Amino acid sequence: MKFAVIVFPGSNCDVDMFHAVQDELGEEVEYVWHDADDLSEFDGILLPGGFSYGDYLRSGAIAHLSKVMSEVKKAAQAGKPVLGVCNGFQILLESGLLPGAMLRNKDLKFVCKPAQLKVENNETMFSSLYSKGEKVTIPVAHGEGNYYCDEATLQQLQANQQIVFTYTDNFNGSLESIAGIVNEQGNVLGMMPHPERAVDELLGSADGLKLFQSIVKQWRESHVVNA
Amino acid sequence: MYKVKVFVTLRESVLDPQGKAVQQSLTNLGYEGVQDVRIGKYMELTIDGSNQEVEKTVQEMCEKLLSNPVVEDYRYEIEESVQQ
Repeated sequence: MKFAVIVFPGSNCDVDMFHAVQDELGEEVEYVWHDADDLSEFDGILLPGGFSYGDYLRSGAIAHLSKVMSEVKKAAQAGKPVLGVCNGFQILLESGLLPGAMLRNKDLKFVCKPAQLKVENNETMFSSLYSKGEKVTIPVAHGEGNYYCDEATLQQLQANQQIVFTYTDNFNGSLESIAGIVNEQGNVLGMMPHPERAVDELLGSADGLKLFQSIVKQWRESHVVNA
Repeated sequence: MYKVKVFVTLRESVLDPQGKAVQQSLTNLGYEGVQDVRIGKYMELTIDGSNQEVEKTVQEMCEKLLSNPVVEDYRYEIEESVQQ
């Protein structure tokens, strides 16, 4: 399976993402600059964290208009897995690939710590190797991770089981403690916590690795004959 | 040439923790009558074009980039400016 790590000016978790895929997951991966106009050779798209365009105007606001984003939309429409982490999640929200928006954390502080998450839905291509209700530890590092959407959108998210991860301690004030959601089709996941920073016990937790392994498992099952 | 002033604020339905903190601070300073503070963004654009065009363009820009309609409201003022 071949992954693309999209790099925007100001991305800073791209190297972690690359490392997680290449060294811990053992799959092919390439960096792709934000002005790329073809992602057809990739099977999975990863939008890393950071501060694209310095968070000018709003987090992700300028990056979502990058050339590569129309290709990311095509990949999403084609059913390929698209994962946005932290700033990557914010970019997915700005682009409309996922519903809602981010507000500043409720206490206005940048929070950087290992966070405990609960797996709410383990029937997605990103979470199938977790068990439902499982508690996992994945680091967070953000100032604007307070998820917000209107009442109608929230009802839709709940009815379609689109909430994949929640915080057990809602430190940033997110609606319904939301830490990660998928789109209606289930192939675009946005999450504030960083699974790519939790891929080895040496780093404090390897709980994030199963997320990447879930993606590969689903891909192998649907693409490789006699797997 | 037109000078356009764009004001972007969080929607009424959205809690503004920054505004809340400033309101609290004003109260601590002794200004007890302050009921609410909402913090927003102010942008100045200089645009070339005809009057009708400018209005339409500004509206589009606000919806596509300058504000996020999920959490923000916008308003704008357009002034004709004489070139110097």
